[in-house]
Amino acid sequence: MITAGIDMGSRSVKVVLLEQIKVEGAKEPSFAVKKAHLMLPGDLDADQAAEKAFDAALAEAGVTRDQVKSIFATGAGRGQVAFATEGVTEMTAGARGAVFMYPQARTVVDVGAEEGRGIKTDSDGKAIDFAGNEKCAAGAGSFAEAMSRALQLSLKEFGEASLKSDKSIPMNAQCTVFAESEVVSLIHSSTPKEDIAKAVLDAVASRVCAMVRRVGIEGNVVLIGGMGHNPGFVQSLKTAMDVDEVLLPELPEFVSALGCALIAAERLH
Amino acid sequence: MIANYGYKDGSGEYYISIDTDKCIDCAAERACLKACPQQMFEIITDDYDDEVAWVKKEKTRALAYDCADCKPAGGYTGLPCTTACTPGAIKHSW
Repeated sequence: MITAGIDMGSRSVKVVLLEQIKVEGAKEPSFAVKKAHLMLPGDLDADQAAEKAFDAALAEAGVTRDQVKSIFATGAGRGQVAFATEGVTEMTAGARGAVFMYPQARTVVDVGAEEGRGIKTDSDGKAIDFAGNEKCAAGAGSFAEAMSRALQLSLKEFGEASLKSDKSIPMNAQCTVFAESEVVSLIHSSTPKEDIAKAVLDAVASRVCAMVRRVGIEGNVVLIGGMGHNPGFVQSLKTAMDVDEVLLPELPEFVSALGCALIAAERLH
Repeated sequence: MIANYGYKDGSGEYYISIDTDKCIDCAAERACLKACPQQMFEIITDDYDDEVAWVKKEKTRALAYDCADCKPAGGYTGLPCTTACTPGAIKHSW
């Protein structure tokens, strides 16, 4: 049996095709990811983007639509996935996916392009508490992206540069526009790019951490969402949360889509 | 589930918390919907098929502005939403 999870994020569409597999002696159903596909829409037509991303994932996996028994959608644009069987919130999908990957995880930090949130979960991957929605995108990936542009660094260089700094420069602006102004001031005062990059990522981590502390940091912490690819942010988050370890999936941006596909499968049983 | 919407900045912590378990079969007949001067709340069916109150999606990033009148400086002695929510599902951090 194959189910699909589609995460319609504000920047990209993530599709996970999940197959239920038989494992000898296992009491619970087992699952394997058949295909994970990411699409960056070239236009703003979210309806078409979901359709295109899903078709591309099916083609890559060699699966037909009829073989997919249920499709669940999540993300800011989940309402635009017209062909989805059902939609679930980002909290429900993220918590389920994170606990599937790391059964010991109880605190999930989800930082995508436009939003960040902290989620407390139980051992079944059910979200029991969450905090989200900062005042603006300053607590999310698009802020880091804008600041990397201001520093004329690629996102990869930006994350790596911050790891080379041991300075703590506070950034007070709560708004992306004003924060960019602060970055420009730092550039003009000849502050090294490494220190500015760290200051920016520390600021994002601080805002995300404030939300996570609202729900409380319990058990193991797992980071999901595209910001997980930024090593500088991961380090800043560890420092801000004062934890020794942040569990990081290899493909953190797919975890919510995975959670969606899992919920789709579980609701068929 | 306890849903926290809000933010923390240099001036303090501003969160609206909704204990959605207390929203199910609301004894106050969804009084929060009318009580909020900014119409912040709506009733949705959550992921577990329960009808609960949420902060409207388009309002979640505007709490700093839309809730400003109800902050301590606004002169309220009892916040309209928490007063109307007799089951105690809605709480504020300020």
